[in-house]
Amino acid sequence: MVASKNIDVNKRLPDTRVDLCGITLDNPVIPASGCFGYGYEFAELYDINCLGSFSFKGTTLEPRFGNKTPRIAEAPAGVLNSVGLQNPGVSKVISHELPRLAEVFNKPVMANVSGFSIEEYVEVTRRLSESERADQIGWIEVNISCPNVHGGGMSFGTDADMAAEVVEATRKVTSKPLIIKLSPNVTDIAGIAKACEDAGADGVSLINTLMGMRIDKKTAMPILANTTGGLSGPAVFPVALRMVYQVYEAVKIPIVGMGGITTAEDVIEMMMAGATAVGVGAANLAEPYASKQIVEELPSVMAKYGIERLADIIGASHSHK
Amino acid sequence: MKQVKLTVKSNKMLTPTTYRMRLEGDVSAITQPGQFINLKLDGHFLRRPISVCDVESSHVTIIYKALGQGTEEMTHLESGTVLDVLTGLGTGFDSSRSGDAPVLIGGGVGIPPLYLLAKHLIREKKKVTVILGYNSEDEIYYAGEFAALGCEVKIATADGSVGIKGFVTDAYKELKRTLNDYTYFYTCGPTAMLKAIYRDVYTRGGVDGEFSFEERMGCGYGACMGCSVLLKTGGYKRICKDGPVLRAEEIYW
Repeated sequence: MVASKNIDVNKRLPDTRVDLCGITLDNPVIPASGCFGYGYEFAELYDINCLGSFSFKGTTLEPRFGNKTPRIAEAPAGVLNSVGLQNPGVSKVISHELPRLAEVFNKPVMANVSGFSIEEYVEVTRRLSESERADQIGWIEVNISCPNVHGGGMSFGTDADMAAEVVEATRKVTSKPLIIKLSPNVTDIAGIAKACEDAGADGVSLINTLMGMRIDKKTAMPILANTTGGLSGPAVFPVALRMVYQVYEAVKIPIVGMGGITTAEDVIEMMMAGATAVGVGAANLAEPYASKQIVEELPSVMAKYGIERLADIIGASHSHK
Repeated sequence: MKQVKLTVKSNKMLTPTTYRMRLEGDVSAITQPGQFINLKLDGHFLRRPISVCDVESSHVTIIYKALGQGTEEMTHLESGTVLDVLTGLGTGFDSSRSGDAPVLIGGGVGIPPLYLLAKHLIREKKKVTVILGYNSEDEIYYAGEFAALGCEVKIATADGSVGIKGFVTDAYKELKRTLNDYTYFYTCGPTAMLKAIYRDVYTRGGVDGEFSFEERMGCGYGACMGCSVLLKTGGYKRICKDGPVLRAEEIYW
């Protein structure tokens, strides 16, 4: 365990705070994009200000309905989805969703930007960054890894050069910290993360969902209307952990680690792999209070492992080599 | 929505594939016929959404069909088992639109949510007709319970073993010849049946009504957008939160 040498006795312990690209989070728990809407579904259930932040639904230039249904299929210890970036479009996010969010959330939110072309990523990033609601946004998370849309989405996240192009282009239109959300459906995620860092990204988030499918044996047809979908949930946790570990070795920028986190124990493990903050995705869909419970469990789980300051364990598993 | 622990009080086979489960606990969040509950089962990541058949002060009754692995496992749950359940989910039937003589049309596993609706309508002194469709005699359940509430019950079976031979729409057409016009309809059942009702009762028959839909759901409370449907009236609705009941005019097949 890496113990802090300069414990500030004025700060209450255990200290769950982390710094993500210059913004201090009360704790590292960030519900992941696509699993938390624009926040207020959950704000009806609990005070979402207990969270570190959250990443709102992937937002595109125009409104999108997404793919045909069925777009949900269960999997062992997880779920496949092929929603396909349903969202009201950036104009409505600025005019409706962010004002509504301001009534229930007083922390910086992570704005997830999706697109089908570099121009679209740039335009959505620019509009969010320049809007009268920009103060509500802490970070721009550029999703170059959606597996459920065709012609765009994941194709930018599976090629290091294309990923770098998206980073360079969006970098020019925002002064917000730029976090790039990476796809696990690649052979070398560390190489892509490095290309994003070199192109000017302030952080990376990973992993998006793993491509998979299910078949209805009664009809011999794929369950998802889109044939394939993205797998998330506890099933992907070891894969996500391995990728965060590899990316931590390759880059210096902070990592938002996600993929199958359902407990505070998982948060500790993901941070030891190298994550500065963690995304909680599918857990929110099975347990409406999952993210709140993880936040509440953190102090006792920290005590269990003798952790006084959560920030001290970031990448701890790398120091033993 | 309320997350509660409910205790299985009974879990009884009604037909070879259909079961009725009574659960005890805080059911105060269930406020409307046509809503559903979402049950957590051991070993499954997602919950099982099941429509509410009846609700009393501290009990909820569900009727489910053993169709997949999860519902098959539910048939083995014994009395005393405590389940983690999300209650009071969805927007159900609007009984205030019924008029004086509503008709309730249910097919197969779509029948249960109509029971609580019928109970409400009878309490409101409406003349309620219920048309129930099954494949065959051995699949019939709850016809007696609807009659006991005071509903006029008509049965259609695909094989003609009981009642009118054919589908619920055949029974509807026959009733239409002999009875006064219906003021409104409420329906739940397989998609093919709902489409036939949309065509025969709504479009051709000129009667307005509401449809309850089924869709594969992720969360059941409006967060994942897994079950969205486009509307004829513009925009979309989430079957789990804004539905499962949609008004006829909204439906875009």
